Amino acid sequence: MEIKKRFWNEYQKEIAEDDYFYERSCIRQTFFPGSEATFLKILRQDLGKQIVDDPKIHTCTGIGYHSDIVPFETTMTICARLFSLMNDSELTNYVPSCVTSFGIFNEVLDTWKHFPEQLELTRENLRKATGREFTVPQNIAHPSDIIYHFRKELKEKMKYRLVNKETGEPLRVVEHIGCHYSKIFSEQSVGGSEFPHVLAGMIEEWGGEVVDYPERRHCCGFGFRQYLVMANRGYSIANSKKKFESMKPYKPDFIVTNCPGCAMFMDKWQYTIAEMEGTTYDDQGKGIPVLTYEEMTGMLLGYNPWDTGMQIHQVQAEQLFDKIGIEYDPQDKYTGKSGKFLGEPEKPTHLVV
Amino acid sequence: MDRKKIIIIGGGPAGQEAAYHLALHDYSVTLFEKESDTGGHLNKVVKLFPDFGDADALRKELSGRLINPNIELKNGTCITELFKEGEKWVVKSDGDCACYGDAVLLATGFEPFDATRKEELGYGIYDNVITSVDFESMLKTGKIVNYEGKTPQRIAFLNCVGSRDEKVGNPYCSRACCINTVKLAVCFKELLPDAEAYCFYIDMRMTGQQYEELYRTSQEKYGITYIRGRISEAAATFDNKIQLKAEDTLAGLPLKMTVDMLVLMVGMEASESTTKLATQNNIKGDYGFAASKGLNGHDNQTTKEGLFVAGTCKRPLTLQETLADAGSAAIQIMNYLRSDN
Repeated sequence: MEIKKRFWNEYQKEIAEDDYFYERSCIRQTFFPGSEATFLKILRQDLGKQIVDDPKIHTCTGIGYHSDIVPFETTMTICARLFSLMNDSELTNYVPSCVTSFGIFNEVLDTWKHFPEQLELTRENLRKATGREFTVPQNIAHPSDIIYHFRKELKEKMKYRLVNKETGEPLRVVEHIGCHYSKIFSEQSVGGSEFPHVLAGMIEEWGGEVVDYPERRHCCGFGFRQYLVMANRGYSIANSKKKFESMKPYKPDFIVTNCPGCAMFMDKWQYTIAEMEGTTYDDQGKGIPVLTYEEMTGMLLGYNPWDTGMQIHQVQAEQLFDKIGIEYDPQDKYTGKSGKFLGEPEKPTHLVV
Repeated sequence: MDRKKIIIIGGGPAGQEAAYHLALHDYSVTLFEKESDTGGHLNKVVKLFPDFGDADALRKELSGRLINPNIELKNGTCITELFKEGEKWVVKSDGDCACYGDAVLLATGFEPFDATRKEELGYGIYDNVITSVDFESMLKTGKIVNYEGKTPQRIAFLNCVGSRDEKVGNPYCSRACCINTVKLAVCFKELLPDAEAYCFYIDMRMTGQQYEELYRTSQEKYGITYIRGRISEAAATFDNKIQLKAEDTLAGLPLKMTVDMLVLMVGMEASESTTKLATQNNIKGDYGFAASKGLNGHDNQTTKEGLFVAGTCKRPLTLQETLADAGSAAIQIMNYLRSDN
């Protein structure tokens, strides 16, 4: 543990205290529609911070770029436009919701640092395309960095802890870090790429125990071309399966991730594997719940789990709520914000819901 | 004529060997050793490569030669300052007492690479990841056991930990690790003939006499398996074994295996004393080691008159090379002091 602490201390980054410009993800609002709204609520309501959620934001091109269909010059120009939107808000602290975007921005800024002519070229491209100018952000932090940064303050406001209410034991939590958060620019992460601390720090602070399992660093299964090219999808699910098999002996209570793709694939592939093989990775056939860090934070703060979008998960999270003692109304699970019943999804063949 | 006095800093094999030769020729030698005993890293070794000679016997021979009226041994003394004052060299210790000499031999040696810097290999985090230094200590007890006290049935050695690695800033080869891996693997198999031993390497540099033969014997007689490839990550399994991921570059395939213990063959880095004293005298060379005047022909001299270097304070060397180098340094010092007359 002392060695891990030393590593963590070596990888500390500057995280702005307030006044953020938020860039929503292209895909998260479909996969986990409550997570981003939960993050904004935590920042505004619980932490009293200013954060601008600009409806004009757009893709960073990350998925296209990593699928080799968007050239880097285009990516740089589109990122520059996002920065110019931030400039419109007179803010300097950029907060991209998606880990892939976070990696893209770090890559773009690092390119401009080492190749200033590329920055000038990007300025020219943006000017020609939109007539806009831009300045680069003073600070870029992933939202998980911000939650980590304020984890102690949030703990004070939390209604629950990551503790089994029956046994009093800490919950065993698998933390999975998106590759583009720390594996590309480890110095831009909290805790480095080998033993990242960004989620582990939240888990430990809030009473849980981090599970270190052999395939901890392995890809979640998304891997861009592994999934996006349909013929490769066998690789995608094989990677996820490798992780589940590796973590199973530790009997994790849930998985938490800071990446849209990771949360999506680790959740949805559990359903697929159950359908294909009848296999689940827990003792009760329910699967291992997969939460985003915003959902985990909101859950402990006492937010209604159905407002944070927990019912959208493939592996249902009630087993986790019951362990912690989270209050929830099962009748409200599929009731929309308008009060109307949204309909109940079809039940899987094997996965117990 | 006044007797010439030589100060030797470092009581490892290089310092001991040089002191012996100089004293034999009637020079007055003061030998400073920071530890309570001389011997340096040799004290941690059981058997020597490539002939499995008794390290203890050599240790006794080297330290026994220091019992000489011409040698004043100062153990437990850490030298903090080294400089020239007029015609004399001055060393100051942590106790702040000064010692004067006509020549100085820097024999401050190396430090094993700190394996925790290779975060992905899990040293200091996973119980059954150890270093070659830890393994040697275990060999001294005559028993190889894992953290749980059980006999390992499968063990892996990883070469070049902290050597030939630009990521940690050490692109150089540490010279001794390849043959040391072969030695340790053979020692392991002699203790546990039914166990499996795997060695991961970039390439096996068998440059010394009998090295290649031992490498071959280790495969033919002891059944040790060599895999060309570096381990990319190590992680503990549920039963506290170590899962390794590597690439077998000869087979062109990724490889995953589980072992009971992983031994990291740590390379050599300049010791703190080497870097400090070399810096004070503007003879700091690459990677913090002390620089000799020239690799060909002036390898024990430095650009500072009267300041000499021997052994692994210059660069990684094997024990055999270190002892030969120390003898050479003694001759260079004697020649210098004679010409000085």
